[in-house]
Amino acid sequence: MARLQLRNLEKDYGSFRAVHGINLDVEDGEFMVLVGPSGCAKSTTLRMIAGLERVTGGEIRIGGELVNDKTPGDRGISMVFQNYALYPHMKVRKNLSFSMRLKRRPSAEIEQATNHVSSLLEIDPLLDRLPKQLSGGQAQRVAVGRALIKKPQVFLFDEPLSNLDAKLRASMRVRITDLHKRLKAENQQATVIYVTHDQTEAMTMGDRICVMKDGRIMQVADPVTLYSRPANTFVAGFIGSPEMNFLDGTFEGPESVGAADQTISLGADFTRRLSGEPSGGVTIGIRPQHLRIAAAETPGTLKGKLNRIEFMGHEVYLYVDIGPKRIIAVVPSASYDRGALRDDWVWLSPDPKGVHLFDRQSGENISLAL
Amino acid sequence: MTDHILSQNSPAAHDIDIARSRETRRHRLNAVLRYALLTAVGLLMLYPLIWLIGASFKTNSEIFSNPGFWPENPTLDGYIKGWKTSTPYSFGTFFLNTLWIVIPKVIGTAISCTAVAYGFARFDFPGKKILFAALIATLLLPNVVTRIPQYLIFRDLGWLDSYLPLWVPSALAGDAFFVFMLVQFLRAIPRDMEEAARVDGATTWQTLIFIVVPLLMPALISVCLFQFMWTMNDFLGPLIYISSVDKYPISLALKLSIDTTEAFEWNRVLAMSVLSLAPALAVFFLAQKYFIDGISSGGIKG
Repeated sequence: MARLQLRNLEKDYGSFRAVHGINLDVEDGEFMVLVGPSGCAKSTTLRMIAGLERVTGGEIRIGGELVNDKTPGDRGISMVFQNYALYPHMKVRKNLSFSMRLKRRPSAEIEQATNHVSSLLEIDPLLDRLPKQLSGGQAQRVAVGRALIKKPQVFLFDEPLSNLDAKLRASMRVRITDLHKRLKAENQQATVIYVTHDQTEAMTMGDRICVMKDGRIMQVADPVTLYSRPANTFVAGFIGSPEMNFLDGTFEGPESVGAADQTISLGADFTRRLSGEPSGGVTIGIRPQHLRIAAAETPGTLKGKLNRIEFMGHEVYLYVDIGPKRIIAVVPSASYDRGALRDDWVWLSPDPKGVHLFDRQSGENISLAL
Repeated sequence: MTDHILSQNSPAAHDIDIARSRETRRHRLNAVLRYALLTAVGLLMLYPLIWLIGASFKTNSEIFSNPGFWPENPTLDGYIKGWKTSTPYSFGTFFLNTLWIVIPKVIGTAISCTAVAYGFARFDFPGKKILFAALIATLLLPNVVTRIPQYLIFRDLGWLDSYLPLWVPSALAGDAFFVFMLVQFLRAIPRDMEEAARVDGATTWQTLIFIVVPLLMPALISVCLFQFMWTMNDFLGPLIYISSVDKYPISLALKLSIDTTEAFEWNRVLAMSVLSLAPALAVFFLAQKYFIDGISSGGIKG
């Protein structure tokens, strides 16, 4: 059983607290992605799980067992590093089998395991090459193979795709998720902790995603929940592309909010989503995809000046100035009639289901009750 | 029309050809000058060595009568008599004696300096900064200052007239320069490989032996070469600590042939000098590639 539990995990560098007592449970066989902007301590957290970084406070349990004071080799983990970290003086074969040779396993067993892993990752032709003779993608697969051969309880990936070009990254993404499914199907332990700063990687690969900021967990949820019900302004802004639009507003009644001297009507259903009456100011969050072009002068819509138009083929990005604030609307090409040009007035109507209200002080989403 | 264009173009093409051949000539002349100068300076630097080799085949009287390096009556006399020496021991004994100092010293240096450098470069421990500063400080300390205290220590240990004072300090990472060189080299190597090894289950020592040492190899070869050459050439150390003739290394043995004969047999001294140069030269040329790798990368990346 390879459940991973973090309990009040803390890390201090001198007087600077990098990780602020985080709690996280990763279920057996789960693909958990740690995502966040650089400096959010996601890599530090991963390195603490690996045992490469000393824990200042709290507990790390793998399969229920406390591993705080165990060496990396005894934790039942294996790790794929950002720059592969293959041993440059060993051929691929030796790189793969290094951990087994350290344990003095019989050579037949090593041979068999090496062959199994290399066929799984399609690196058989590379076995007798040195790391410097490999391309980035090949080196990355060897690095994954070296992690795989240990049959660890938990796999740790530290931004493994960030050194690859965009195309290779997309194919490796699929490869890694496929591998995870395959290992799961073969009933092998396959709990994965995957660190990335790329939200696309996080959204496409993770069973669940843990969004971090400044050494704190902002939200842990599956990709759909994270996108449709972000817990706070940070998660709402971090997940999704283009970024969510934020407008400072006031709560004007059960069915409408005011922003930039305008009123947005939200419909009767919206009230039920609110957790209590918001007292002070709110931040209104609307994803660009949840804005539609409305007929001129429609009441309850947002009126703004069209500043820029970007044709993306299947959709159009509209940059609209509402007072001093610029927002983006992404509309299907079909619904954009090319009537509106630069500096024209447009009216945007938000889909009430896609509107979020955040408490302006705490940044918490107060429109999630249902 | 075509003719017209051709006739218009051909003078230009001609000019280009002339310019190009002028350029080629200039390059060639440059190269000739450059190589001539380099050869001349190279010869100037090497001349003492060439003269030494030539003179070792001369008779003792010719050395002083003929200033050129080419012997008129080449003879192996210097080598034969020089090898026998004026002592009961042949020069072979002295060669072996040198090896008994050089081999433990080089091996000891390589092992101890690697371990110490690894410690300084990769681990945090209390007092690390002060200890490293002390190490660097010993680099700046003139050797002469420590000669007498060292002598007293080794005398009290009863190590006089043995090889121990010559190699034991080095085998305990006593050469700060080598430790410093390896630390600088190690700092330039990313830690990821070592971390990967630790995740793979290697202990600190296994990581050092299986991962760090292979990565450190170019620097380590330089260390061994430097230590080899400096020990071969060391005169003062053996002079201070070795008193019995049967334990003399080459550096002392060469001087021996000057001391004991009344009329100096210079051709023997020179012949044996040539022989004593041979091992250092051979090792240097064999390991030249690594040697230069080690020095340059240690310097640049450090």
